[in-house]
Amino acid sequence: MYYMGLIWEYLKNYMKTRLTYRADFWVEILSDLLFQATNLIFIFVVFRHTDNLGGWSESEVLFVYGYFMVPYGIFSCFINLWGFSERYIVKGEMDRILTRPAHNLFQILLENVDPPALVGSFIGLIIMIFSGAEMGLMLEWWHIPALIILALSSVMIYAGIYTTLTSLSFYSDAPTGILPLMYNIQGYGRYPVTIYNRAIQVLLTWIIPFAFVGIYPAALFLERSEMHRMALLTPVMGLVFGSMGLLLWNYGVKRYRGAGS
Amino acid sequence: MNSAFIDFMRIRFLTMLAYRVNYYSGILIYTLNIGVYYFTWQAIYGSSGELGGFTAAQMTTYIAVSWMARAFYFNNLDREIAADIRDGSIAIQFIRPINYVMVKMMQGLGEGIFRFLLLMIPGMLIAILLFPVELPTAPSAWIGFLVMLFFSFLINSQINVITGLAAFFVENNEGMMRMKRVVVDLFSGLIIPISLYPGWMSAVMKVLPFQAITYLPGSVFTGRVEGTAIWNVLGIQVFWFAVLLLPMVLIWRKARKRLFVQGG
Repeated sequence: MYYMGLIWEYLKNYMKTRLTYRADFWVEILSDLLFQATNLIFIFVVFRHTDNLGGWSESEVLFVYGYFMVPYGIFSCFINLWGFSERYIVKGEMDRILTRPAHNLFQILLENVDPPALVGSFIGLIIMIFSGAEMGLMLEWWHIPALIILALSSVMIYAGIYTTLTSLSFYSDAPTGILPLMYNIQGYGRYPVTIYNRAIQVLLTWIIPFAFVGIYPAALFLERSEMHRMALLTPVMGLVFGSMGLLLWNYGVKRYRGAGS
Repeated sequence: MNSAFIDFMRIRFLTMLAYRVNYYSGILIYTLNIGVYYFTWQAIYGSSGELGGFTAAQMTTYIAVSWMARAFYFNNLDREIAADIRDGSIAIQFIRPINYVMVKMMQGLGEGIFRFLLLMIPGMLIAILLFPVELPTAPSAWIGFLVMLFFSFLINSQINVITGLAAFFVENNEGMMRMKRVVVDLFSGLIIPISLYPGWMSAVMKVLPFQAITYLPGSVFTGRVEGTAIWNVLGIQVFWFAVLLLPMVLIWRKARKRLFVQGG
């Protein structure tokens, strides 16, 4: 309850600061969508020259991309750790966070919420609905709870990976460039993993499981039986990676010493 | 006078060199991007022999060289200029006896030399090891490509400078800068070679300057444009370089008259 109240207060604050610069708000939404549009245009153009991508049709690939956008939007809204090292460690703002009673990671995430990113999730849903309709996919009752559970599990996977890597900055304050690296790897999850070679498939499934933020869970709705088992594994992977991220974070925070300024 | 410009280039190069460790992950990022497009195109080609005039092998080479060329020509001149304008430090630049735009271009070149030597060349070597890239055999293709690569850098930097200077006219050009990035990546043929777009789209792209950044040099490197035809595509680049000088100079002249520094 205490945490719910905090969320509300932080969001109110956020709205106040953002509404002062309304134009920026729209510009941000628009340019976020433009980056996504690049990938969509790629899919559209490519399917003018072929009718399948590793055995997946255009509607299926679009559907997968639509799903990919849903957890990604939620993740970018609530888990925004990009400037963590510079802002909280190098400048020492972590001092301020640690003197307060709420959990430190919770405060950091709330200070950096980015609600415009949720627009991406809505567009993703619309893409799923349209490409699903094109394939004659019927909406069934279990689709909605399944989508919620799978999308949240995918968000947990993102969260786990990014908090694990961000907690490295407690050990070294030099920029490692590892976050942008991850960002580029996650792009691999938006296409059927079967088009990659064996090593990359294993990497995307078990080590940096970005196949679980796109293709595997989406396959459940597409009734691709070969990936059903992987799709059902998504919540497990979400829990494993989510708790790993949190554990490593809590462990890393103990090493924080302040910037001394 | 000229030696001052050389110094700007040298200093930027040395600054980048001092922080080189920060950029090494860039090589990996570019390799990853080549990887995702390589596998996707492999799956698309499947059994078909040629798409939009590209064989599967040419496509691999094209993707590798295009992304690695981007590792070289990419810079943030637009952001640097916009930041100078927004925080008002541009005022100091006005009273200096050297041209600000030239300074920025030279700094971009210093960064470019760094990126060429420490990002593009090692990155290309890694790409050759990992993917079946076919290097051109004709010396004219190598020379043509390297000359064109330099023009890619010039044209991309010109576009960046123009976008950056737009901050004089709109308070916040963040959206413009992001939009420019998407447009350059798409319209230059980096994501998809221009000949694969639907007819009307590729027709539009062929009359825009962006194809000169990636598509034309990539075509020379993959051997799709050979011999004397290289002069033609180089001519297109030189043409766009000359044409883009005009808005750059005009905007800079106009901008100086309407500078408005907020606060201090």
